[in-house]
Formats: sequence, C-alpha cells, structure tokens
Amino acid sequence: MTSVILESDPLVVGDPGALTPLRPSEQPKRKVRGLTRSELVEYAISLSAGVHLAVLLRFLLDWDDLLGSGLIALIVFVGVHYAIVRARSTPDVAIDKAVTTVMWTIGSAIVGILGWMTTYVATQGLRKLRPSFITEDLSTVGALDAGGGAAHAIIGTLQQVGLTTLFVVPIAILTAVYLNEIKGRMSFLIRFVIDALAGLPSIVAGLLIITISPGFAGYKASLALFILALPLVTRTSEEVLRTVPDGLREASLALGAPQWRVVLQVVLPTARAGLVTATLLAVARIAGETAPVILTAFNNTSINRNPFSGAQSSLPSFVWDLIKVPDKIQNDRGWAGALLLLIIVLIAFAAARLTLARSERKLGRR
Amino acid sequence: MASSAQQIPVSPADRPTVGDRIFRVMCVAAAFISLVIVVATFVFMIRESRPAFRASGIKGFFTNTVWNASTGTFGVKGVLLGTIIIALIAMTVAVPFALAMALFINEYAPPRVARLLTSAVDLLAALPSLIFGMWGFFAFKDHLIRVARWMSTHLVAFPFLRLSEPSARLVGSSFIAGVVVGIMVLPIICSISREVMARVPRDLCEGALALGGTRWGMIKSVVLPFGRSGIFGGVLLGFGRALGETIAVALLIGTVVYKANFHILEQGAGSVAALIAIRFGEATPLERSGLVAAGLSLLILTFSVSLLARRIVGRKAMP
Repeated sequence: MTSVILESDPLVVGDPGALTPLRPSEQPKRKVRGLTRSELVEYAISLSAGVHLAVLLRFLLDWDDLLGSGLIALIVFVGVHYAIVRARSTPDVAIDKAVTTVMWTIGSAIVGILGWMTTYVATQGLRKLRPSFITEDLSTVGALDAGGGAAHAIIGTLQQVGLTTLFVVPIAILTAVYLNEIKGRMSFLIRFVIDALAGLPSIVAGLLIITISPGFAGYKASLALFILALPLVTRTSEEVLRTVPDGLREASLALGAPQWRVVLQVVLPTARAGLVTATLLAVARIAGETAPVILTAFNNTSINRNPFSGAQSSLPSFVWDLIKVPDKIQNDRGWAGALLLLIIVLIAFAAARLTLARSERKLGRR
Repeated sequence: MASSAQQIPVSPADRPTVGDRIFRVMCVAAAFISLVIVVATFVFMIRESRPAFRASGIKGFFTNTVWNASTGTFGVKGVLLGTIIIALIAMTVAVPFALAMALFINEYAPPRVARLLTSAVDLLAALPSLIFGMWGFFAFKDHLIRVARWMSTHLVAFPFLRLSEPSARLVGSSFIAGVVVGIMVLPIICSISREVMARVPRDLCEGALALGGTRWGMIKSVVLPFGRSGIFGGVLLGFGRALGETIAVALLIGTVVYKANFHILEQGAGSVAALIAIRFGEATPLERSGLVAAGLSLLILTFSVSLLARRIVGRKAMP
C-alpha cells in the first residue's frame, strides 16, 4: 500500500522507467467544495431544530414578528449545529462551521436588503409611472389632481449631469495624465488635494457654490456636482492609466513620437474602456446627489430649459420636495420620480459594467 | 546618418517639443484646478462664516447648544456631537457586516456567487442616498422601531439605550438614522477591506490551511492581522462618509435638535449636514453665515478623518 501512495504522488517519481505512477484520471477524485453526506445530515438536523422551535415559540407566545422568529431560528440553528459538530470533532472545526453559517447569512442579508430596496422603489413607483409622467410637468397640477409628471425634472437632471460630465471628463483625465504620465513635481500635492476633495461632504459643495454666487441656477448645481465628481473620475482614471503597459509607451517614444502623441494616440486609446467606466460610475453617483442640488438649483414646477438662469428642477429635488409632505398623492409622484432616478442609475451602472466586461473579453482574445 | 542623429530626441524629459510644452501646460492647469477648489473652499467659507463667529464668538460657537437666528446666537456643539453619535451608530452596524461580507466574498463564496456579490455591493454603493432615506423612512423604519422598543426594555444595562421616560417616542431617533446610514456606508468599507484582504499572499493562507488550520483559523491568524491597517483605513473612510451624510439623515430625523441627545433610541437627533439642508431655504443672511460656519466645522472634521484614512490605506498599498 505504501508504494502505491508513493507512486500516486507525482513529485516522488524520479525515474519514469522504474515506477509507473497513476495517471490523474485513475486517482479517486477528492471533492474540495460541496458537502459530504454526513455534513448534509448535520445541517438538516440543526435546520429542522431551529425552524421547529421558532414555529413552536410563535404559537406558544403568540408572536407575529417575522424578523424575531427568523432570528430565533437562526440562533438555534447555529447553536444546535455547533453542538453536533463539537461532539463529532474539535472545537476549532465547530467554530469554523458556525462562522461559515454566519457568513452565508450576512451575505444573503445584504443581497436581500438590496433586493428589498429596489423592489420597494419599483412597486411604489409603478403606481404612478405612466407615459404621461415623462411628458408633463407640475406647473398646472394641484396637490390633489391626478395628472402631472416629471418632464421638467428629467430635463433638469439631464442638463445638469450632462454639463458636469462635459467639464469633469477632460479635466479629470488631464489631471490623471499629469499624475501618471508627466509625474510632475507637484504630484504629491495634487494627490493630497484630490484625497481631500474626496472627503468633502456633498452638502458642503452646494453650500460653497451658493455662498460664492447667490441666486439659483442649474449650472450652479453642475458646478457643485463637478466638485464631487472630480476626485472620483481622477482617481479611477489614474488607476486605469497605471494598467497601461510601459512597453507601449516606450515603443512609441522609441519611434520618435513626442509625449503628447504618445498619450493621445497610444495611452488614452488603450485605456479607453476603463476611462468610460470611470465616467459612467461617476455619472451614476452624481445623478442621485440631492443635497448640493437643492441648495444651488433649488426646485421648480415648470420646464426651465435654460440651465443658466433661474431655479431648475431635477429628479432628486423633485423627489425630495414631494416625499417630504405628508400627502399620499404627492408621495406617489415622488416615488415615480425615485423609480426614474433608480432606472437612470441602473442604466449607467450596467453600461459601466458592460464596457468593462467587453474590454476584458477583447483583451483576453488577443 | 550623423546629421539626422541630432534630431532624435534623447529622452522626452530632456528636450520637450513645442507640442509637448503646450500639452504639459494643459495638464498642469487641469491638475491645479483641484488645488484651487480646495483653497477656495477654505477661503470662502472662512470669509463667509465671519459674521456668525462675530455674533456668537468663536468659543461660543463651538460650546453653545442653541441655534437662534433672531438673536444671532449660534452654537454647533450639540449638532456636532449629534453628527458623531449618528456616525458611530452607523459604524457599529456597518463594520461587522462589511467585514463579514468582504471575508465571505474573498474566502467563502464560490467564484460565481462571489462575482455576483461584488456587483451587488458595488450597486449598493451607487444607489443615491435619497433612495436609502426613502426606503428607510417608508419601509424600514417600523421594523427598526420594534427593534428599538425591544432594546429599550431588555438592554437597560447600557445607559445610552435607556429612555428618559417610558412614553418617549421612538421615531426620528439617532438610532434609526444611524442604522440606515450604516447600510449606506457598508459597501465602501466592504470594498476597501476586501481589496486589502485580497492582497494577503496566498502562500501564507495555504500554509495555514496545510498546517491543519480551519478556514476561520486561517482568517483569524493570517488574513485579519495582515489586512489590519487597511481595514482600519477603510473603516475611517466610511466614518468620514457617515459624518457628511445629509439627505437620508434629514429625512429620517425630520427636525434637528440643537442639544446633543444621548438617549439614542428616542426622538430628537441632530446632524450638521441635516441642519444645513433643513434650515438653509428660509435662513436670514446672518443665519446663512452661521450655516456656513457649521459647514466649515463639518468640513474640518471630515477632511481630517478622510486624510488620515487615505494615509493609512495608501501606506498599505505600497509593499
């Protein structure tokens, strides 16, 4: 038997003529993942103990709190499972099993909260979301009327976020180029400043803009959003530029290209997918920013197509105004606006993911 | 070939062409915009907050617990403490869950589940705080009130969980706001600590397992000690975000109380950011100056927290 074990170990085989090792396919396969039958039985026993006790307590004590019952079931499950495993193995193994259960529970709880939140917004929002919601505004609608929509808010959000993106993309990418390609003497200071900006509370950005220039306007919301988006895009772009292989830069420099052509025609095109992802993620983040927008662009009930004069609505401020009032109809309008906002964020997020996945696939094929 | 050899640039740093010079000036200009923003933020906010400081005195501004626009006396002590209370509650909720989630994704979940969970955490980070606040206010609040009721009757050993009177209302408390903010900052802490813990050399982990350690034993003795400072930095970053959170807190606490309330389960909470959001619309010029001063104190708090965090995370990033 000993020799068989030695032979099956490919490392021990020194002389291929003397020993014939078992080929990998002939060895009994060891399962690394998954559960053995006895583990399954342990889980089943503990689970039934937990569920039964929770149900029993529910009837005996007349509880109607699902959360509490679930928690009791979980605690009993972990306890019983610990006891069973402890009896059959060492305390370390039992603790490991208990921690594994807790980890799985927390993982599913977080996914559950995400699912709860999105479905809640969807069910609340769908009650009021009609095609007319996208084409009408609130200028002629009373608090108790049925119609009305968020056209003015959609236009405002698109203009404000669009303006921000227009300015933040070139400036953030140039800053990232400064930090990663030029590596100027001030890089340390700029990195410090970008870090500081990333810690700026969003409301302070709005407060800053409105104290510098009083009076509401859509472009001021863009300025506040610009301050918030700048560190986001810069930092991600810098990381993306860092992944461009040095060989590409050196090759084009060796061919005699000046640095600006190396950056514009080699480095940035190589990093394009990453830069697009960085921008889209920043758009997803700033589209829902509420605090700076209500301070700078305020809100409006009619369409204002000019972001450079007068108060302008946007989806976050639209939702914020309607959700604060204790009125069902207004709240429902707010929820429909929130659903629109969620859809915009989801589209930007999914687009970012897709861009990244596609570029990774392309790189993999090469 | 000797004549053309002179035209070959030796290295890009030595002899920049005209195009390179223009390009560099553009990059430097772009990079300095962020510097200008930070400097301008401090200059303007200090300048604009001077009337309020003059009205209530700098010392009074940080030690008073009143906010009276008509008499011009402002004090942020209570609101600043309220901000920190809410952020600390948020951390109590977020840190264990975020670390467990990070470990779960890195060490426990099968690859496909891990990818899915990473996306879920990233999506959670991308959702607007307004939606968190609305969900917290309309869907989650009632559950939290039941939890608060249970804690106030069963966990009286902790003084901050006691109620000042049995009939105290439990809506609009620091606890509710803190828990929702905690769920909001959870993805930030999770993704940073996950990245840090993924950097643990795999040989060390496998060594621990090969010595007969369990997975939890390996995490306890290798992963957590290795990633400790990075995790701490991530927690601080989340703390900074929790301090500055506005809309969700404003929605959940409704009105701001100016005196710090240490009964965290009771109605009555405050935060600087919520104070600004709630009061700014109807504020007189002097009160606006007071709000800017409050914003300045919040800014200094979050700046120091997030710079400290960056320093800690950044140091770990370099091997």
